[in-house]
Amino acid sequence: MADLVSHPDEVKVVSKRFGQGAVNIDRYLELDGYKAVQKALTMQPDEIINLVKNSGLRGRGGAGFNTGLKWSFVPKQSAKPKYILCNGDESEPGTCKDRLIFEHDPHAIIEGVMIAGLAVGAQTGYIYVRGEYRYLLEIVQKAIADAYAKGFLGKNIFDSGKTFDIYWHGGAGAYEVGEESALMESLEGKRGIPRIRPPFPAVVGLWGGPTVINNAETLASVPHILLGGAEWYANLGSPKNGGTRLFCLSGNLNKPGVYELPMGYSLKKMIYEVGGGIPNGRKLKGVVPGGSSVAILTADEVNADVAMDFDAMLKAGSMLGSGGVVVLDDTACIVNFALRTIKFYKHESCGWCIPCREGTDWLQKTLIRFHSGGGVKKDIDNMYYLAENMLGRTFCPLGDAAAMPVIAFVKKFRQEFEDHLDGKPCPFAKHSGAQQSPVMA
Amino acid sequence: MATIYVDGKPHQVDAQQNLLHACLTLGFNLPYFCWHPALGSVGACRQCAVKQFRSPEDKHGRLVMACMTPASEGAQISIADPEAVAFRKGIIEGMMENHPHDCPVCDEGGECHLQDMTVMTGHDYRRYEFPKRTFRNQYLGPFVNHEMNRCIQCYRCVRFYREYAGGQDFNVFGIRNLAYFGRHEDGVLESEFAGNLDEVCPTGVFTDATHKHHYTRKWDMQFAPSICVHCGLGCNISPGERYGMLRRIVNRYHGDINGYFLCDRGRYGYEFVNSEQRIRQPQIRSNGQIQPVPKQQAIEEGGRFIASATTVIGIGSSRASLESNFALRMAVGANHFFAGASTQELQLLHLTLEILRTTPVASLRDVEDSDAVLVLGEDVSNYAPRMALSLRQSVRQQPFAMTDKLKIPRWLDHAVREAAQEHKGPLFMATVAATRLDDVATDTYRGAPDEIARLGYAVARTLDPEAAGLRATTASGSLAGQIVRAVRAVTGLGKPPSGAPDADFETMAQRIAQALNGAERPLVISGLGCRSGPVLKAAANVVRALQRNGKPARIALAVPECNSLGLAMLGAKPFEEALAVAREHSGTTAIMLENDLYRQAPGSDVDVFLRSANHLIALDHLQNRTTATAELTFPAATFAESDGTLVNNEGRAQRFFQALTPQEIQESWRWLRDIFVAAGRREFSAWKTLDDVIQSLVSEFPDLAQVAEAAPAASFRMAGEKIPRQPHRYSGRTAMLANINVSEPKPPDDPDSSLSYSMEGNPDQPPAALIPFAWAGGWNSYQAWNKFQEEIAGPLRGGNPGVRLFQPPAQAGEYFQDAPKRFQPREGEWLVVPLYHVFGSEELSILSPGVKQLSPKPYIAMNDEHAKGAGLQAEDMVELAIGGASYRAALQIRPDLPVGIAGVPVGVDLFAGIQLPAWSKIERVS
Ligand SMILES: Cc1cc2nc3c(=O)[nH]c(=O)nc-3n(C[C@H](O)[C@H](O)[C@H](O)COP(=O)(O)O)c2cc1C
Ligand code: SF4
Ligand code: SF4
Ligand code: FES
Repeated sequence: MADLVSHPDEVKVVSKRFGQGAVNIDRYLELDGYKAVQKALTMQPDEIINLVKNSGLRGRGGAGFNTGLKWSFVPKQSAKPKYILCNGDESEPGTCKDRLIFEHDPHAIIEGVMIAGLAVGAQTGYIYVRGEYRYLLEIVQKAIADAYAKGFLGKNIFDSGKTFDIYWHGGAGAYEVGEESALMESLEGKRGIPRIRPPFPAVVGLWGGPTVINNAETLASVPHILLGGAEWYANLGSPKNGGTRLFCLSGNLNKPGVYELPMGYSLKKMIYEVGGGIPNGRKLKGVVPGGSSVAILTADEVNADVAMDFDAMLKAGSMLGSGGVVVLDDTACIVNFALRTIKFYKHESCGWCIPCREGTDWLQKTLIRFHSGGGVKKDIDNMYYLAENMLGRTFCPLGDAAAMPVIAFVKKFRQEFEDHLDGKPCPFAKHSGAQQSPVMA
Repeated sequence: MATIYVDGKPHQVDAQQNLLHACLTLGFNLPYFCWHPALGSVGACRQCAVKQFRSPEDKHGRLVMACMTPASEGAQISIADPEAVAFRKGIIEGMMENHPHDCPVCDEGGECHLQDMTVMTGHDYRRYEFPKRTFRNQYLGPFVNHEMNRCIQCYRCVRFYREYAGGQDFNVFGIRNLAYFGRHEDGVLESEFAGNLDEVCPTGVFTDATHKHHYTRKWDMQFAPSICVHCGLGCNISPGERYGMLRRIVNRYHGDINGYFLCDRGRYGYEFVNSEQRIRQPQIRSNGQIQPVPKQQAIEEGGRFIASATTVIGIGSSRASLESNFALRMAVGANHFFAGASTQELQLLHLTLEILRTTPVASLRDVEDSDAVLVLGEDVSNYAPRMALSLRQSVRQQPFAMTDKLKIPRWLDHAVREAAQEHKGPLFMATVAATRLDDVATDTYRGAPDEIARLGYAVARTLDPEAAGLRATTASGSLAGQIVRAVRAVTGLGKPPSGAPDADFETMAQRIAQALNGAERPLVISGLGCRSGPVLKAAANVVRALQRNGKPARIALAVPECNSLGLAMLGAKPFEEALAVAREHSGTTAIMLENDLYRQAPGSDVDVFLRSANHLIALDHLQNRTTATAELTFPAATFAESDGTLVNNEGRAQRFFQALTPQEIQESWRWLRDIFVAAGRREFSAWKTLDDVIQSLVSEFPDLAQVAEAAPAASFRMAGEKIPRQPHRYSGRTAMLANINVSEPKPPDDPDSSLSYSMEGNPDQPPAALIPFAWAGGWNSYQAWNKFQEEIAGPLRGGNPGVRLFQPPAQAGEYFQDAPKRFQPREGEWLVVPLYHVFGSEELSILSPGVKQLSPKPYIAMNDEHAKGAGLQAEDMVELAIGGASYRAALQIRPDLPVGIAGVPVGVDLFAGIQLPAWSKIERVS
């Protein structure tokens, strides 16, 4: 179980109950638990949707889509049952926030699922937990059972005459299954390969029914929005980026950990103040601001002071992604870091489409040879080419996720690649593996 | 229709289709892998990328997958765009990363879609410098060879095998670039459609294991358009020959019948042609010795047998061509022309003909497109295998209607399947035993043939009270009462003795009636499988009732052999009558045309028949019990060695052509001509070519007039030239016989068709009935069929081959009235019914080693309750007696068999000639 950290700049919303024993349903009730869903029961579905829309809550799974807007796409009438899916597959390297919610505040997720259900007219929810988070499954199972025992789930919830059921499901260890459509395949007992869109899940989703799929953190934020109001939540963050989010600080930092900060918080401050700066007086080399799938920012780009919200990050040429902030100091070898990154994507490519499946493999083989001194000049361009060949051209965004970091590494740190050429030993070889490639740590 | 712009030029295309389909239909060469015309689009390979522009002003555009993008009105795309070209080249490069480049030793080489696409995209230089991944291959049975290293992971195989053909024992395992396509362990592929993997796989992972034993490259084979002879459906095939040997069979596209797929019996049953048991020379038996005789001597001897006979009896064959049967009939006269089949079978065939003449008939394409189906009595998967594959697609029709509403295009295969999930359209299977289609059936019913018929009658009467001979009276209430009474009159109340699983008969009939009546294209399938007239009549009644309700209902009937209907149409009389003639007359000569009587009639009757005849002449392909008794045997050409016409189960006459030209072997009609001319019947010398025979046939049988149009006559020429049977790259022609004679022999002449035994001839697309093999410039694989179709997956240019002999009637036919009585099980006796096996029940294919390997051992089956009651256990040696013969085999417990019913596998040697259904005791023997 992870240690909790804190910083005065934090604004605790989702993490409000962390460390308060809220896994216990009675304790959760004392901490305003299940009030939001009861409030939602008194509201019209459209009211709930508008509230969430206006709060500026954007998906915490990575893409940052406005949550209320997503809910509004679900058709009112449907021949097939509708479903709410909680995406707890959290597998993006550098990302470790959903697990804290599961560990400390599972009922908030349950409540969020229920509210989403009331908003779109679904009666069934699924909580899908990453395979490697097996220890969290027990917590989720118990939380669901407790909620049933109290009559919060099942038939006639809170005497409303309404029915709502929640099931849990454990993953089997594939990153790709965090992708929403692959997750649905997995949940249906099939291979974890993605589906084509359109049709979008809101129309044809799980078991062919209209489905809302949201990240665990997104859903856990919803009860707070219901109680605190849209305006309150929106004002916590920056324009069009409502609220706060859990940032997972890792890499070469003095105080790594998960911190809840307002959307739009300064990346520089996040590193030097919240994260306690870089150990041993080392200099910053770069930051991967949104999980391993996004373009790295150089020290200069970080020092230009970018705000950590979806729009500002996009403008800065990267993405806010899943909230995983990985910091590299000047002992890190970018080639090795690229290798470590691509190893992950090669390993996790689902094998459905060619550019990703073969591209990641070719990239990995090239990088292994390259980093061990066998690189030739054309490799650099070829890596760039392979990544470009994936970008926007694969079946699902995993290909983009593998391509974007590689393109940025080559573009922004070409010199470092060239320093590895002609059989030269890795210039960073004297540093330990963990330093060279912090994600591995 | 929609107008799309391809590289600036406008084209009219089908707006319901995707851009890949549209571009291929327009004749553009756009490469693809994961898309398959019958399987739809899934967007996995990314090979079909084109540039799409939002408007004429959009100069930038973006890459889209043509197969995943609708051909919508005004779409602007570019195939030639440099970015698209480069990307497609890159995709092939990625595929080739791990591909072993072992073309020279790969069976696919020369007809490989991967080779074609590699050339098409222009990828010609290998930049990948790392080791390749390798896999272990599996043993998948006698038919399909596995070489996983060649896999490019397009997922076609698994989509075909599981999603299209419903197989369970094949899958994709693992992820990333280690996805493995095979079984969970080595073993014979269970699906009888597994052989299609040979053609579905765009490279050499799955290849024909039988072909491997006598391998020849596609470009070195001589082909002919041909028809499968292993069941009554008439799938189109393309047999390939070299050095006088039949090398393999591949699918020949037919838009109304087999489409892109064959069953494995049809694909791999061919090896009987190369069998050691072949009769390759005329033979004479004297003093108990069988000896080869020169052709002329044999003909003269045959002539003497005929000339000296008081009566000549001709036994035709349902596996011989219309022309050979007709020649026999002309030679012996209508009165002495018989079928090997029994009275019962011929009656059923005539009933089938009557129904086909008076009912709208479904082709296999129609079966596929039907949206509610009732199967009465037919184990389709084993009796008419390719039909089962079509039937499996029919259950997708109603889900399609649902996904249409969600605006999901039908070709977007996975999206359709995800939306449809387990939802399937109505398919009711009423059969004697379990079938391999039960997994997609809405409901199954197991009963004796009479019970199945009663169910059909009940459905018909539910749909239309007049089916029970009732007329609407004044008050509709009383009519409703009458309907109920009419239905009850057939069904009886409560559970029938054989027990419908969940509901009683009446509600089942209602449910079926409702589903059929609620459908847009309802279909009833039946046939000769359970050998019951009432079942056939019931099937016809259901269609008639639906027609009277204004439904465009159709029927499809399965028949036993490739020319069963042709033989029946020639008026062959039953074997029993032949036997009577032989007994009555002395000094007869009997001619057995491609017919092993011991497989058709009870052995004792055949013995009597053969003994009564003074002289016996047999014409056949292989030695069998009948030929062994003949004094004179002529080597009859198989389908691969001859031309002729077959009438399939729809009543479609189709022509097959010769691929092999063996020396001493000739078509049966030619032997008959020669023998009868030798016997003094000079008139037959007018039959010089196949067309001469067809001309006589047509004038003799107005019913069969259209047979002449089944394919162009031999005089047909394309711009003055014949159509080559050999690909233009055919090699070694000058050398292949050099060990015998250094001067190259003149290729054989072919007076019977407009095909040549040569690679020379007209290179353009021949008429559909005359396409020997699929090839087009740049398209060496089967995918070349794209180039022969009017529209992708649509009819061949100029119309699909063959002619339907029966025109759909203007109005619904009369009802059959005589519903059978309820089936009454008997104490201590079983009604023994035929059980069919795709591998094992058909006479010729079983002579091929692979099919033989997969054929069942003889057994006698009954359900467990029965066995318990009779104190029997599985594997006990039991005996039954039918028609004076007794049959011994191990007992098999089949819980799916109804009470009072036992089954035996017909076609396996032990049960040759058994006449079923029939009652028998079944007792243990020690
Ligand atoms: C390869 C891949 C992996 C993903 N993994 C996750 C994940 O582990 N958890 C998650 O919430 N979203 C993940 N996503 C994003 C989901 O597809 C989806 O956008 C998200 O669950 C929607 O929820 P949100 O709107 O609340 O963010 C992944 C996407 C991709 C392409
Ligand atoms: S990009 Fe393609 S291979 Fe990669 S994970 Fe997505 S679908 Fe699978
Ligand atoms: S085995 Fe053939 S059909 Fe199957 S995925 Fe591989 S290349 Fe495609
Ligand atoms: S053919 Fe279009 S993606 Fe494979």
